[in-house]
Amino acid sequence: MSALAWTSIPPSQRRAFLAVLRRDLFVTWRELPAFLAQVILQPLFLLFVFGKVLGSLGYTQHGYANLLFPGLVALTAVITGMQTLAFPLVAEFGWTREIEDRLLAPMPTAFVAAEKVVFAVLRALVAALIMIPIGVLILGSVPWRWGGLPLFAAGVLLGALVGAGFGLVLGTLVQPQRINLLFSLVFTPLLFTGCSQYPWPSLARLRWFQVVTAANPMTYVSEALRGALVPSVPHIEPWICLLVLVAAVALLMAVGVRGFYRRAID
Amino acid sequence: MAVAPEQLVEVSELVKRYPRSPVNAVDGVSFTVRQGETFGLLGPNGAGKTTTIGVLTTRVRPTGGSARIGGVDVVRDPVEARRQLAVVPQRNNLDRSLSVRDNLIFHAAYHGVPPRERQARADELLAQFGLLERAGAKPEFFSGGQTQRMMIARALMHAPRVLFLDEPTTGLDPAARLFVWDRLRELSEQGVTLLLTTHDMDEAATLADRVGIMDHGRLLALDTPQELMRSLSEETTLELTTETEPGGDVLAALSALAGVERVEPLQSGTAGNGADGEQAGGEDPGHRVRLYLTSEGAQLVAPAASLLAERGLALSAVKLGSPTLEDVFIHLTGRTLR
Repeated sequence: MSALAWTSIPPSQRRAFLAVLRRDLFVTWRELPAFLAQVILQPLFLLFVFGKVLGSLGYTQHGYANLLFPGLVALTAVITGMQTLAFPLVAEFGWTREIEDRLLAPMPTAFVAAEKVVFAVLRALVAALIMIPIGVLILGSVPWRWGGLPLFAAGVLLGALVGAGFGLVLGTLVQPQRINLLFSLVFTPLLFTGCSQYPWPSLARLRWFQVVTAANPMTYVSEALRGALVPSVPHIEPWICLLVLVAAVALLMAVGVRGFYRRAID
Repeated sequence: MAVAPEQLVEVSELVKRYPRSPVNAVDGVSFTVRQGETFGLLGPNGAGKTTTIGVLTTRVRPTGGSARIGGVDVVRDPVEARRQLAVVPQRNNLDRSLSVRDNLIFHAAYHGVPPRERQARADELLAQFGLLERAGAKPEFFSGGQTQRMMIARALMHAPRVLFLDEPTTGLDPAARLFVWDRLRELSEQGVTLLLTTHDMDEAATLADRVGIMDHGRLLALDTPQELMRSLSEETTLELTTETEPGGDVLAALSALAGVERVEPLQSGTAGNGADGEQAGGEDPGHRVRLYLTSEGAQLVAPAASLLAERGLALSAVKLGSPTLEDVFIHLTGRTLR
């Protein structure tokens, strides 16, 4: 379906879209160490402290690392997607105005937003996949089931899209002078209510928190990846996860693209 | 595509009202720009010039009226319109992650210029705009003049039919300003259509084939600078600068002199909306009064000077003049331009 939509776009507009994407990849490539530091460090420390240190000290049960790992892959996908989109977008609309040259490229304005999403998803996928070797490195081994691959892939992709959707909404909503609030009011809650450090069904003992976490789309990414990699741990049914995620992506994109138009055209 | 029109830019009854604004930022503006022409929109800050350009460059959605570029309606087909135009904005919007050269190259890529051509054109434009030495540097710490040159060079990378320049020399030092003017004249000679906004009458008079004078969202006059000035040419002026402010009685006495048609105190820095109150560069401070004359100006210097002396006002400067574009503006709006 998407391939069909792509070929129906006039070649000149496709070229413009790809050129903008190439610009982003070009800049990322030249700043590769910075990119890797940005995506790797946070999950690396989380994995190390929660998976390795606490386990070695006996504060966590055996097997905790196994349920933490899928959660951290989910977290990485969502957060990277969001970071890649939100921060540059706030700056580009706010003070550097760099985006203006791309908005004047011969393609529909929505394509500029779409390119941002595609680029954010690509970076999020790379970041999520890097988690696998990091996990092996720190934990010795990571839970892996080839049978869970389709669900794993779908979960990571939807997680990246959810992150990009959040990024698009926040990036067009937040005023540049409020960018600090983005961290404290959005980032941190999102990080800790997304069930990356605990499986959702186990929250039944903490009912109100279970309700709160159910409102965070990241929860369904974490749960889908647990379903894929460690199905023995109780988790939300995968079909529910995928359904919720598709709906969340649709909603975030709709709101985000509207916000994008509002900022791009007076 | 539509027939190649003689009129490259057509603006008809254009209206823009921003949400939550009680007045129209652009209020029924119509004009056309011919292929190869340099067209200037002259007016103070807040006159609606930038908004007009915003509509033409597909970044502002008009409330009413229409705007076409090369026959393409900018609202109905913004993608096609963007192919034909380029913009040099008021503020630096260069890509800070890319070198100067890559700014040019990527801009061309967005517009589908083939790779080989991109390289050749970038070399050519970097040389033309005196940017070769710094082509590999990031554009972050450049002077205003260099930034402006880079943005013009970038805009030309996809060979636009019409180039929009929003206040192209505002904030530049005199040398940088002359450099930009020279480049713009070159472009015009090469047949590029230029549409520029300015609140600098010298710039409009020097560069533009035709000038539209805007104020409060309306186009008050539109003609060649020569014609605009000729419309006032029966009027010569005598400008008197005094150290203390002349009172109403002095103004009345001046206007009663034989050969004086009317008297206009010039309030530098009181140009309506959001002017910053600074003196126009290079002018001596003091209180300027302009007399519009029906007779030879030189004959009135002595009577005017003695009149002021009688009233104890020290005269610090006298200027005889034929009308400038600024006079045209004052004539139309009753205010100075700055």
